[in-house]
Amino acid sequence: MRTLKFLLQKEFRQIFRDPAILRIIFMMPVIQLIILPWAADYEIKNIKLAVTDKDHSAYSQKLITKITSSGYFQLTQYAGSYQASLEQVEDDKADLILEIPASFEKQLIKEDEAVLFIAGNAINGVKGNLGSAYLRTIIQDFNREVRLEWIQMPKFSPQTQIEVRSSNWFNPLMNYKFFMVPGILVLLLTMVGANLTAINIVKEKEIGTIEQINVTPVKKVHFIIAKLVPFWILGLIVLSLGLLISRLLYGIMPLGGFFTIYVFAAVYLLVVLGLGLLISTYAATQQQAMLISFFMMMIFVLLGGLYTSIDSMPVWAQWITKLNPVSYFIDVMRMVVLKGSGLADIGQQLGTMVIFAVVLNSWAVLNYRKRS
Amino acid sequence: MITNNTSKHTKRSSTAGAGRRQFFSFVKKELLHIWRDKRTLFILLGMPVVQIVIFGFALTNEVKNSKIAVLDQSKDAATASLVAELNASRYFDVVDNLSSYKEIETAFQKGKIKMAVVLPSQFGEELKHSNKAAVQLIADASDPNVANTLTNYATAVVMDYQNRITNNQRLPYTIKVETRMLYNPQLKGAYNFVPGVMAMVLLLVCTMMTAITIVREKEMGTMEIMLVSPMKPQMVVIAKAVPYFLLSSINITSILLLSVFVLEVPINGSLLLLVAESLLFTLVSLSLGLLISSRAESQQVAMFISLVALFLPTVMLSGFMFPIENMPFPLRMVSNIVPAKWYYIIVRSVMIKGVGITAVWKETLILAGMLLFLLTLAIKRFKIRLQ
Repeated sequence: MRTLKFLLQKEFRQIFRDPAILRIIFMMPVIQLIILPWAADYEIKNIKLAVTDKDHSAYSQKLITKITSSGYFQLTQYAGSYQASLEQVEDDKADLILEIPASFEKQLIKEDEAVLFIAGNAINGVKGNLGSAYLRTIIQDFNREVRLEWIQMPKFSPQTQIEVRSSNWFNPLMNYKFFMVPGILVLLLTMVGANLTAINIVKEKEIGTIEQINVTPVKKVHFIIAKLVPFWILGLIVLSLGLLISRLLYGIMPLGGFFTIYVFAAVYLLVVLGLGLLISTYAATQQQAMLISFFMMMIFVLLGGLYTSIDSMPVWAQWITKLNPVSYFIDVMRMVVLKGSGLADIGQQLGTMVIFAVVLNSWAVLNYRKRS
Repeated sequence: MITNNTSKHTKRSSTAGAGRRQFFSFVKKELLHIWRDKRTLFILLGMPVVQIVIFGFALTNEVKNSKIAVLDQSKDAATASLVAELNASRYFDVVDNLSSYKEIETAFQKGKIKMAVVLPSQFGEELKHSNKAAVQLIADASDPNVANTLTNYATAVVMDYQNRITNNQRLPYTIKVETRMLYNPQLKGAYNFVPGVMAMVLLLVCTMMTAITIVREKEMGTMEIMLVSPMKPQMVVIAKAVPYFLLSSINITSILLLSVFVLEVPINGSLLLLVAESLLFTLVSLSLGLLISSRAESQQVAMFISLVALFLPTVMLSGFMFPIENMPFPLRMVSNIVPAKWYYIIVRSVMIKGVGITAVWKETLILAGMLLFLLTLAIKRFKIRLQ
């Protein structure tokens, strides 16, 4: 026990000796948490629409007015040729093109049927897809109005109408920050934690001080615990800072209580730090350790379910997310913050994290060799 | 200790050949350093390959195969075919049939489903007799982006279903709509994410490589030795960046090959232009690395700045994950200083839209300006620090 105390003392001194890194550990998450959540607005609004009107009729005018007054679309161009509109899309000045062919009005009235063309920029699938879905709904509405103008609808409407009512649970105001802020906090915590421990043991290897520890009777377990504890405490401080910012700046109060978050985070940090230590025991140089941990971080972060939905991934990628601690924490954050889940509800995730923590840390202890 | 180059102007021109030889021997030394550490080299070349494949396949903005539950209180032919249609669409997987309203909440709580569709009793009857019916969609809005998208897709499916019924009876004055998807008719996520991942991987790997290599020499004290050599300090710095520029060229090649042959993202524009732009972007990243290394005193700090601090801003502000036009004004301004944003626009335009330099000259100029600025700043800082 005494050995552990001295080792811990050593580790803490080493951390506080380097103010540059301490500054980064605390400043970086704070700054990013203040700036980044504002960027995550995915709501499709202000879809830029270019209209090719070859008809120039009363109806085409009416339709365009109806579309622009819907609030979803922003008319960026009104041209006479499709080519001109296409150039707008090429320059990223338009997302969608609505082409109204010549004699649209005439055909609609005389032949009972007319065609409109929509072309969407589908590089970003969501925008092209959703934008054209909105547009089709508006055109359908317009169609109904035209019919009413021409025929006296009988009481019994021949046109089927299914009304869709939608409601949003857990976050009725659709405040995406409630979801993004805790999520980004998880990412920052993970990156800081894993990267710090990943280079820690390697640094001792590189500068040779590990030899000095290896010749002492310090036990392997003690050595690893002494490396773990200081960063675990730092991690909890970063988490607290982050939760404070979420509360003050974004008004986020976890419905399921802070206690649940802290319990989960305490275990989660052991997983992340253990992973870093494990990498550290394998790597020969700081550069290698950092590269490997960063490589894993990128996969964890981008496949964590915060940015893109896990359900949409191919099956093999969904299996990766089962091994991804970030996806568990993001899941838990979402449940605790918005759905008010308590410890009992997150039992499964918590259990998985305990297993991860035990496996990774024991592996790190076993893999740390006092002889090279 | 560093040669005063103004007074030796004449001498320098006569020793230009020697200077070049010195420069190349420095480059060779750096190459040997890289070659010696095979494990790192393997990571540097393998990482972009693995990432482009994983992210190219796994990332998509689209919300598909979302798990939904159905509460069918009517259980007739009409609801059955509507549910079948939802299930058949690429967006939804009906995983649960609920029997009461109360079960919806538990299903959400367990986190299993993203949306619940409620079909009221007498759905089919009402549809038949009054031609009117209602559907209720309840989305789990704890992820508002997904909730929004799902609601819209579900509405579209219901509308399609409604149109199908209506079209059985021909109505007068019908407007038909034909929709085409430009550039990406199959709506593959890779078309959007490959350019984004290219920008991200190139930026981070290049920046980190140069940042670390110089700081490591500082940490080990070998930087002093290089600076007392007759080479000018600026040249020392540039000689360190050259091998990494070569490494990055290999990475660009492998990334492009994978995009085309594995991810099946076509290069619709000029390959030459795409490669030239990629090299320009690499140079920007390398210069950023040089700048970081001029400030950082330890490898740890250099790595933290070049990876941890740059990663999330690059992902979130370069426009491939979240649309920039939706961001508040100050953030849109901030996004302008993110080099990856400009490169992402260029790659998307050249690679997928197939446009030429006339469409991306502005972005190219901005990148070139960034390169000039970063490189000048990096070199200037080095001179100040080391004299």
